[in-house]
Amino acid sequence: MTNKRYGANFIYRQSFIELDARERATALFDAGTARELLGPFDRVESPWLAMQGVTPQEDDGCVVMKGKIAGQASVVVALEGAFQGGSMGEVSGEKMTAALDLAYADSKKGTPTSAVILLETGGVRLQEANLGLAAIAELMGSVLLLRKHAPVICLTAGTVGCFGGMSLVAGLASYVVMTREARLGLNGPEVIEQENGIDEFDSSDHALVWAIDGGEQRYATGLVDALVEDDTPQVVEAIRKFVEKGAPAVHRSSQVDLYRSRIGALDTSRQWDPKELRTLWTAKSATEGKQ
Amino acid sequence: MEQIELNYPAKRKIPKRAHVGVVGSGDMEVLLEPGEDMVAHVFIRTSVDGFGASWKAVLDRFFAKYDGAARIQINDAGERPASPNCAWSKRWR
Repeated sequence: MTNKRYGANFIYRQSFIELDARERATALFDAGTARELLGPFDRVESPWLAMQGVTPQEDDGCVVMKGKIAGQASVVVALEGAFQGGSMGEVSGEKMTAALDLAYADSKKGTPTSAVILLETGGVRLQEANLGLAAIAELMGSVLLLRKHAPVICLTAGTVGCFGGMSLVAGLASYVVMTREARLGLNGPEVIEQENGIDEFDSSDHALVWAIDGGEQRYATGLVDALVEDDTPQVVEAIRKFVEKGAPAVHRSSQVDLYRSRIGALDTSRQWDPKELRTLWTAKSATEGKQ
Repeated sequence: MEQIELNYPAKRKIPKRAHVGVVGSGDMEVLLEPGEDMVAHVFIRTSVDGFGASWKAVLDRFFAKYDGAARIQINDAGERPASPNCAWSKRWR
């Protein structure tokens, strides 16, 4: 996919990043087909946050919508990055898992139901630590079940990005879509710096952070299936394309030998440059006979 | 987190509910639903303690102008006082 960042239409973009979770989810559906499940007026909020002096949000920062994408039954789960960093708590985790399980049940009954997960998250919500961890484990199980029947598409548009346990969910997805503003990684830059020092990773060096975790690098090294502009029609088009394509025969996360051999072949006695990695892994993927 | 509850007399029913905002830094979430009695009930949960007087002043001002019978839940994460007045005035109609 070409990146016409400075093309003539640049200023006419309709930013997707500037939309909140509910607006993002709505934008992905065929017009007029979306309905929200367990919305804010159902008041299913986190029971743990108020106890710890944190203002809860009525939908726990997790928007679930059912409807049609490209004419096919789909569910969209969108995390609100502005609320507690999009973190996964007991309620938001359960909402997401239940949505995927319902999609799985429908798919098994003969109505393949794709899932689109909008990840703007730092992972587990620290105030609900163990419950958040359990939620992510359940969620991974649900993704593995559903993806045999219908595609599970993860979209990280930014600007929070996708880190922590939820990056594992992205890793299990049938397809991953990113913008170049977004970041995807297991440990966030601040966490790495905090644990291993500024010599290991300088989280204030944005060029470095994006050269490693950024959408462009993830796409160029084959870890992401589509790189889109921060433009709503482009995002919608990419999601529609993957819904229509259906679940892939071989998921990225099943290619254990491929990725193990890539890591195994790296000479770790010297520092690798993100650009070198692009050349190496892009060139390699052709010879390795990747699908 | 501080919880504040305020009530105002109302003169008319409101036809539908509305939801706006996010509990994100410098922002807030507002849920507005038709009330059962002729009173406007406002429930506030705010992450910033000690601004009860400001909340009352903002809401006194708002309800001096609007008289709908509503149940209003505000989940606040540090919104500035002037914003609610502007934002709600548009939503209220």
